[in-house]
Amino acid sequence: MTATSLSSSQGAGRAGDKIFSGAALAAGCLILAVLFGVALFLVVQAIPALTAPAAEIQGGKGFFAYIWPIVVGTLIAAVIALVIATPIAIGVALFISHFAPRGLASALGYVVDLLAAIPSVIYGAWGAAFLAKEISPAYNWLAENMGWLPIFQGPASATGKTILTAGIVLSVMVLPIITSLSREIFLQTPKLHEEAALALGATRWEMIKMSVLPFARPGIISAVMLGLGRALGETMAVALVLSSGALTASLITSGNQTIAAEIALNFPEASGLKVSTLIAAGLVLFLITLAVNMIARWIISRHKEFSGAN
Amino acid sequence: MSSTLTPVRSKRSALTKGQLPPFAPYVVLALALIIGAAILALIGFNAFGWGIVSAILFAAGLVGWSGVVEGSRKAKDKLATCLVVGSFLIALLPLISVIWTVLVNGIPGLISPGFLTSSMNGVTGVYDNKAVEEGAPVIGGIYHALIGTIQITLVATVISVPVGLLTAIYLVEYGNDGRLARAITFFVDVMTGIPSIVAGLFAAAFFFAVVGPGTKTGAVAAVALAVLMIPVVVRSSEEMLKIVPNELREAAYALGVRKWRTILKVVIPTAISGIASGVTLAIARVIGETAPILVTAGFATSINSNVFGGWMASLPTFIYTQILNPTSPANPDPSSQRAWGAALVLIILVMVLNLGARLIAKAFAPKTGR
Repeated sequence: MTATSLSSSQGAGRAGDKIFSGAALAAGCLILAVLFGVALFLVVQAIPALTAPAAEIQGGKGFFAYIWPIVVGTLIAAVIALVIATPIAIGVALFISHFAPRGLASALGYVVDLLAAIPSVIYGAWGAAFLAKEISPAYNWLAENMGWLPIFQGPASATGKTILTAGIVLSVMVLPIITSLSREIFLQTPKLHEEAALALGATRWEMIKMSVLPFARPGIISAVMLGLGRALGETMAVALVLSSGALTASLITSGNQTIAAEIALNFPEASGLKVSTLIAAGLVLFLITLAVNMIARWIISRHKEFSGAN
Repeated sequence: MSSTLTPVRSKRSALTKGQLPPFAPYVVLALALIIGAAILALIGFNAFGWGIVSAILFAAGLVGWSGVVEGSRKAKDKLATCLVVGSFLIALLPLISVIWTVLVNGIPGLISPGFLTSSMNGVTGVYDNKAVEEGAPVIGGIYHALIGTIQITLVATVISVPVGLLTAIYLVEYGNDGRLARAITFFVDVMTGIPSIVAGLFAAAFFFAVVGPGTKTGAVAAVALAVLMIPVVVRSSEEMLKIVPNELREAAYALGVRKWRTILKVVIPTAISGIASGVTLAIARVIGETAPILVTAGFATSINSNVFGGWMASLPTFIYTQILNPTSPANPDPSSQRAWGAALVLIILVMVLNLGARLIAKAFAPKTGR
């Protein structure tokens, strides 16, 4: 090797270093730009709907009157999903982390991950073709026996394609998210706390109640929030399962609509101001899920700093 | 053995006073199954109801017996165990039900001739009516949707893997946990939570503004999927780069190797198995996305292999449109048969990708002793 080739290769190396670190920096900034762009382009395309005269928006009463019922519908579906999924998900996570035999635990975790792997459109098809049919007798029973509650007011939908069915399908879809996140947190419980509880004569349930659950509470809350984010934005399960309509209090009749399903059902045929209206609806959904996710991440990051035990 | 066991057993019987015998759960389970069957026989037997009733009887019986013999603390423990195991079994129900439904409904569609090799071009309601009324074979297939799915996913992968991998490299190797790195980490986390339909709307809005209103092509869908895929790739690659031992980097630096060559020749090869399996999992995640493709690529019935021009079909949107808008509204059965066939193909694709990710992770795992 001569001195010149050495120095030239060094020059190439320095340039390579610059190019490579520059490319890495650019890629990182691109992600920030994309997220900023998501917000910007949604706002730009949504402005016509926000500034248009009220009579031209679908429904004829302006954008707010249009978006209000479907925001409430979205929240109803997401709340149903969480009410069903949260206790079951925590149970499953506890089963995998503290009850199942050690050798089986990772295999069982994989089975739950399979639930997450199934595409949403297949859940939608399953909900529409199988679940709705099987569950409609239960809705009739609810309408007859619990009809005095506004949420179970009859007459029940004959097809079973109601917001409650959509919520159940959503709960199946958010279950693996809440499960895998809470399982991680449960496994991080300091072993010393658990063993100390057991050594004091606690039963397994008392040990979980005294050491695992208090340790994991912030983690569970943020897992549920992330599940909420998923449930709010999920499209296909609702679009295929729910026969939509106006906002109603009853969960077992057809009616209600969610933002995501409203966009999916109408966007392909939309044009002109309707496109803007739907993009504005998407912007509202984006802001809601953004807020939910940021709160969840904030809880997680705060938790990380204070859990010095591990 | 038996001679040493006998005194131990006699001792244990004194210690285990006030405990249920080890066979107690099995006895209660058998009783619960029998009584459950009897109750169900009275009100009309079905397997699902039998399982539910027996499970409730089992829990009540075991907890009650334990409460009488062992006291309330042990009974509470048994109740918690029953609830936890029960919730796991409940979580399995939809998984089994979904897979069973897709298999039962999908196999007739999948084995119908030409399903994988023909498109829906020229298949109209007339043929479907004939298939139902005269028993003619159901024609039409998913070839166009398969091509669309593979092309859109491929373009999305080509966009998101370099961006995602470079970002991960920035975060691990150059970021030094500075302000920008922390901002990127935070917003990548936020991006993970973007609803898929919003990603689709973003891509649509972007191309409407830049190219022209109503632009719907496979490339727009690929951009939408890339927005969903990038955060997954960043997170998994970041984790993998982080566990590359620092000794390897320091050894390379000590030999006078430049940082970029260290990353390319030492760090990435060590982490490649994890990165590859993370990318495969990300592909598996976006290949089943319906909503973003629905608003960005439209749906076609004929083969379109040009990602940059014209509407494109994909497997998820094919399933969606065949269910919601059957080819023949009067006879939706052939359409739903095609939809379930496509659903089976999609599930097989996703499962193969998931399994592939695990195999890649195992096969190319670096031998670092970690």
